[in-house]
Amino acid sequence: MEALSALAGEGPTSLIQAGGWFLEKAWIIPALPAISFVLILFFGKRMKYKGAEFGIISIAVAFIFAICCVGQWIGQVNNADSYTEKQEYHDEEKHSDKAAHEGILNEEIQRTSLNELGPASSEQIVVSAFAEEKDGYSSVGIKPVIERFTWWESGGRSFQVGIMVDGLAVMMLFVVTAISLLVHIYSTEYVAGDRRYTHYFAFLSLFSASMLFFVLSENILQTIVGWELVGVCSFALIGHWWEEKPNSDAALKAFLTNRVGDMGLLVGMIVLFWSAGSWSIVDINNAAINNEIGQSTLLIASLCLTAAVMSKSGQFILHTWLPDAMAGPTPVSALIHAATMVVAGIYMVARLYGVFFEGFDIAGSSFNVLALVGSVTLVGAGLLAFVQDDIKKVLAYSTVSQLGYMVMALGVGAWTAAVFHLFTHAFFKAGLFLGAGSVSHSVHSFDMKKSMGGMRKFMPTTYKTFIVCTIALMGLPPLAGFWSKDEILVGTGGWGLFGGTGGNGTYVFALVMGIIGAALTCAYMTRVIYLTFFGEFRGDTHGHGDPHESGKRITIPLIILAVMATGAGFLNFPVGFLTGSKAGWQERFGHYVEPVATYFPPIAHGTPSWSLAIFSTVVAIIGVSAAGYYFFVKVNAQSPAATELTNGLTEKSKVAKAGHTLLKQKYYLDHLYTDIIANGTKGPVADATYWTNQKGIDEAVNQVGKQTARAATFVYEKIDQNMVDGVVNLSGKASEGLGETTRTIIQRGKIHQYAAIMFAATTILAGLLIVFV
Amino acid sequence: MLLVQFLLLSSVLFCIGVYGVLARKNGVMVLMSIELILNAVNINLVAFGTMTNNIAGEVFALFVIAIAAAEVGVGLAIVLLIFRNRSSVDLSSIDSMKG
Repeated sequence: MEALSALAGEGPTSLIQAGGWFLEKAWIIPALPAISFVLILFFGKRMKYKGAEFGIISIAVAFIFAICCVGQWIGQVNNADSYTEKQEYHDEEKHSDKAAHEGILNEEIQRTSLNELGPASSEQIVVSAFAEEKDGYSSVGIKPVIERFTWWESGGRSFQVGIMVDGLAVMMLFVVTAISLLVHIYSTEYVAGDRRYTHYFAFLSLFSASMLFFVLSENILQTIVGWELVGVCSFALIGHWWEEKPNSDAALKAFLTNRVGDMGLLVGMIVLFWSAGSWSIVDINNAAINNEIGQSTLLIASLCLTAAVMSKSGQFILHTWLPDAMAGPTPVSALIHAATMVVAGIYMVARLYGVFFEGFDIAGSSFNVLALVGSVTLVGAGLLAFVQDDIKKVLAYSTVSQLGYMVMALGVGAWTAAVFHLFTHAFFKAGLFLGAGSVSHSVHSFDMKKSMGGMRKFMPTTYKTFIVCTIALMGLPPLAGFWSKDEILVGTGGWGLFGGTGGNGTYVFALVMGIIGAALTCAYMTRVIYLTFFGEFRGDTHGHGDPHESGKRITIPLIILAVMATGAGFLNFPVGFLTGSKAGWQERFGHYVEPVATYFPPIAHGTPSWSLAIFSTVVAIIGVSAAGYYFFVKVNAQSPAATELTNGLTEKSKVAKAGHTLLKQKYYLDHLYTDIIANGTKGPVADATYWTNQKGIDEAVNQVGKQTARAATFVYEKIDQNMVDGVVNLSGKASEGLGETTRTIIQRGKIHQYAAIMFAATTILAGLLIVFV
Repeated sequence: MLLVQFLLLSSVLFCIGVYGVLARKNGVMVLMSIELILNAVNINLVAFGTMTNNIAGEVFALFVIAIAAAEVGVGLAIVLLIFRNRSSVDLSSIDSMKG
């Protein structure tokens, strides 16, 4: 099996071009919400539903298009599979009739040997096709649908705009449009009566359009444009209620923190462009995989792009903007955290995976920056989630932590696991955010300790969906999070101690951090569940009576998301989980999403092990139990309205107290940024700079000025005044003297004298005329 | 040859004119002397035109007479104005525009 996996990892043996009306016309999907944005801006306020109808209709149509794309893509992959079978059949016939062989194959199918491997022998094809049967990954490559046209040309280079549609893009189209549609519907109730209702929907449309544009981008220029557009929209939506200072501050913080990473993005993309000589994502990946770009160049580009991922996808240490971004309306938070904004970083890495795979040498090492950043983030953010009282902030740190899983998975080479986790996470995290929004809609606050408690009695639907999504997030079987998280842990390859094989490198550190993160996730989510839904209601309803369940437009999206959170994980059963006739249902997600093409690096897939799955589940249950015991037994026993033990660990132990304070202060990162870096720049650094400026630079400038003045004075006095002016004056005086002399001799006003001279001259001239002519 | 006599006459007239221009102090006299010079030229033109049997000489003479008339008109006007201002047409005293 190992050998077979290795062979399967050597890339596709043949390529077939994908096609289909919806795939080729996928640009319609981002175009729809973009048109809606314009329509809402111009006509929104005059419409019956204040512009919301444009947004909902456009995103609904886009969602239908996305589903059609998914269907067509699955058809294309199945087509490739049947080609594999045919090829295998013919290989068994040992090419007895090559002409017939060619004739049976579709003429669109191009049989190409790839990656300079030379013509693959028939045995190899059989073996890899056989490996496909077991592994779930096709050996017949599918060329992505690429439609593009030249935007402009300059200096002999053409800059193109286009779409690139493959399994990954199609999956993202589905996720973005689905989440966005639910968020749109939810928002009509959640922000009903808001002072900028129309404006809100306009930006929701633009946000979706930007993300869809980003997803479909064919070249890295478009990627940058989409990336920045997403950033701008998130800025506008986080600061939706900008009248309050903290909200506009949060928007600015999100924007400025992202600028830090954007520098990395720009530099990285420019490095890639100059080293690959092309903007095209496919070309860049091909160049990286075929070693046409040096390893060190790729490493630099990967590091720069990692900085971009750190800011966009909220990775340590640039994650600080994400919890603050909770200042925006809750549906926006759901959209940001589930489908747009933060997954942009993950998507970018997944898209340019050839660069990262070769740049960090993922296959051959056991440690790299991506895996480190992801591992640290998933544990660091998980710890921070414990001390937040704001339910949305807990969820925000949870997102940071889950994004850490994805980045870590990409870092260890578990590409499919990362993308699959992105997919499942989108549903349950959107469900959690919208659920939190539903609760806060009812109690008008996000503070779990002051305004919530016992909500399960008042909001049964929200409670049930929230619980389902929470279990999915915790990674307890059989809900969605379990499958994707387990796949990431498998992908670390550090699970040799659990009896598994395969994977790219041996990332033990990542595995350990991943398991710790799983336990933390369970514990802090148990805390959220207890504080929000159990115990006694601690809020003040201001005389409105008890809190009540939200309306249908809020609960129906919640139910849909809960269903997805339950079922999404079944799309990618690990290999070996199912047997017999059901074995074909294994690895469906990976099969359809993971590109089998030249532009995708030859990653190895680990084989899942039961022991690892059981171990991580046990760890998760321990996390739930520990937190459950603390809250449901001890805190509840103290008082149903209590939110923590009065005589808890933080009171008894100084170490625990210090740790708590450290977490409360968010590792002092905000202090580092604002007090040390920003104020440091304003205060002492500014003084030092001023001193340097005055004493150093200004002094030098002054000295240069003075010396120049002295030199100029010398030149003026000695050279200019004496020599140059002397010559000029002399010639003037000479002319004057000559003029004076002539004037006094000839020009005396005597007409006769003039006449005499004239005649004399004429006579002389006449004489000369006679003599010489 | 009759031409020589004409040329001699014109030379004499010319010399008298030049003498008048240079030696006379009265402005009117100087103008009259200039007329003599011009008429010396006219004689030359007519003489040469007749000799070569070409009408151009006479035509040029007519032009010269016309221009001489214009010139003497302007000149007499200037002399008249000088006389009004200074009660004198003595050219040696008119030197206010000297350099």
